[in-house]
Amino acid sequence: MDLKLKIWRQAAQDAPGKFVMYPIQNISSEASFLEMLDILNEQLVAKGEDPVAFDHDCREGICGMCSLFINGKPHGPDAAITTCQLHMRRFNDGDTIVIEPWRAKPFPVIKDLMVDRTAFDEIIQAGGFVSVNTGGVPDANAIPIKKRNADLAMDAASCIGCGACVAACKNASAMLFVSAKVSQFALLPQGKVEAKERVQKMVAKMDDLGFGNCTNTYACEAECPKEISVTNIARMNREFLCAKVS
Amino acid sequence: MKLYSSLTKKYIMSLAGLFLLTFLLVHLTINLLILVDDGRSLFNTVAHFMGTNVFIQTFQWVLFGGFAIHILFGFILQIANWMARPKRYDKKAISETSFFSKFMIHTGIIILVFLGIHLADFFVKKIGGTVPEIHSGDLAGIEDMGILVLEKFKMGGYVLFYVLSLLFLGFHLDHAFQSSFQSLGLNHDKYTPFIKSLSRILAIVITLGYITIPVCIYFFK
Ligand code: HEM
Ligand code: FES
Repeated sequence: MDLKLKIWRQAAQDAPGKFVMYPIQNISSEASFLEMLDILNEQLVAKGEDPVAFDHDCREGICGMCSLFINGKPHGPDAAITTCQLHMRRFNDGDTIVIEPWRAKPFPVIKDLMVDRTAFDEIIQAGGFVSVNTGGVPDANAIPIKKRNADLAMDAASCIGCGACVAACKNASAMLFVSAKVSQFALLPQGKVEAKERVQKMVAKMDDLGFGNCTNTYACEAECPKEISVTNIARMNREFLCAKVS
Repeated sequence: MKLYSSLTKKYIMSLAGLFLLTFLLVHLTINLLILVDDGRSLFNTVAHFMGTNVFIQTFQWVLFGGFAIHILFGFILQIANWMARPKRYDKKAISETSFFSKFMIHTGIIILVFLGIHLADFFVKKIGGTVPEIHSGDLAGIEDMGILVLEKFKMGGYVLFYVLSLLFLGFHLDHAFQSSFQSLGLNHDKYTPFIKSLSRILAIVITLGYITIPVCIYFFK
């Protein structure tokens, strides 16, 4: 199929950027979205132009590196997948596809479609870990954990930190990410020990970095490739409130 | 403002909002009295009580405080939200979301404007002592707030303005009630769906309740 790509080009973090139109021909509907961009880049390189920079790594939906705001949606039109799992059969011949980087103050553009997501690492460094000494490997059944809690913690831990929640949120809020990271520990015995300090430190970091607030609009949940639930946000609100008043 | 964390600001905002909701219900109940007796004596008696009772008069300042806090934090949160995305998207985000939640600041500002006009029309007149007094009967000597209301609601333009403003209040409340539970961390598999339905029901009941009064007066009184 033949397409028109309207892509954000920006040479460096503090360079001004602009949209550039790239017509592209003969794209197979079997190609993945990132393969389509690879083809574009090969054509650009052949012409001696600067290829479009975009993030990607595993290309199998598990690492969280790929991003891209495609036609008004993070990770494109399909629900519950990352951009690397998106295929060109979702588009029609003759379509114009608008491709933008994640937009948020704490995620500055490094180049073209690549943004710096160090802010997420900083939030994890602020408390998203367990530092209590848990000793040697205990017997698997020594600490009883409710099946429900084990499942909820596992669901929260499936967050790959891609930043789609921030990209989708009208306030560029990181609440879904932070709440998933808070929940995966708060639900389990080892994580409970430091739960109070953890939630306060992570929220303080999130605020410092300049992410927006939560209006409970839930665009984050709708766009999350791992379908992280907003009940995690409620849990974090609860954890934080309890930590503050006790 | 780094005085409070983002979450604390939302706790304050949602508690203030829930408090304002109780005020809306009390105010609505009293307003509806004007429809039940043509002589307005019931409405005027209650209005007089509300305007003179020491407890109510003191509590009135708590109410103003609630409004001030809710509005102040609404603006503080909203400005921070706008600042978090200095460069907007070219293609508007089309994610599936709860519709009214995207326009809380807009519906809020409409309510604020309505509130100003509403206070000027009724509250300021009452404080300023420019409301006509009742001359005869048991209630002789007290202000006839009822006549003020009837006069206003006989004007078509005013009724239209009132009805439209109240519709926007309804849009605000539809998202607001259930949202405040999420903000306070009160989420539960069993009860959250109920709270979401209750939010819609409350929004509809409050809006229709308030709207009924000017519409009835305009067409039937
Ligand atoms: C009687 C009138 C009002 C009631 C009952 C009310 C109630 C509420 C409630 C319960 C919330 C939900 C809070 C949460 O998400 O946790 C809310 C949100 C909000 N209200 Fe109001 N409100 C009223 C008037 C106003 C006014 C006059 C403004 C003026 C600016 C306003 C601005 C906002 C904003 C901006 C939000 C969203 C805050 C956010 O989540 O970012 N409200 N309101
Ligand atoms: S490249 Fe790893 S998730 Fe898409």
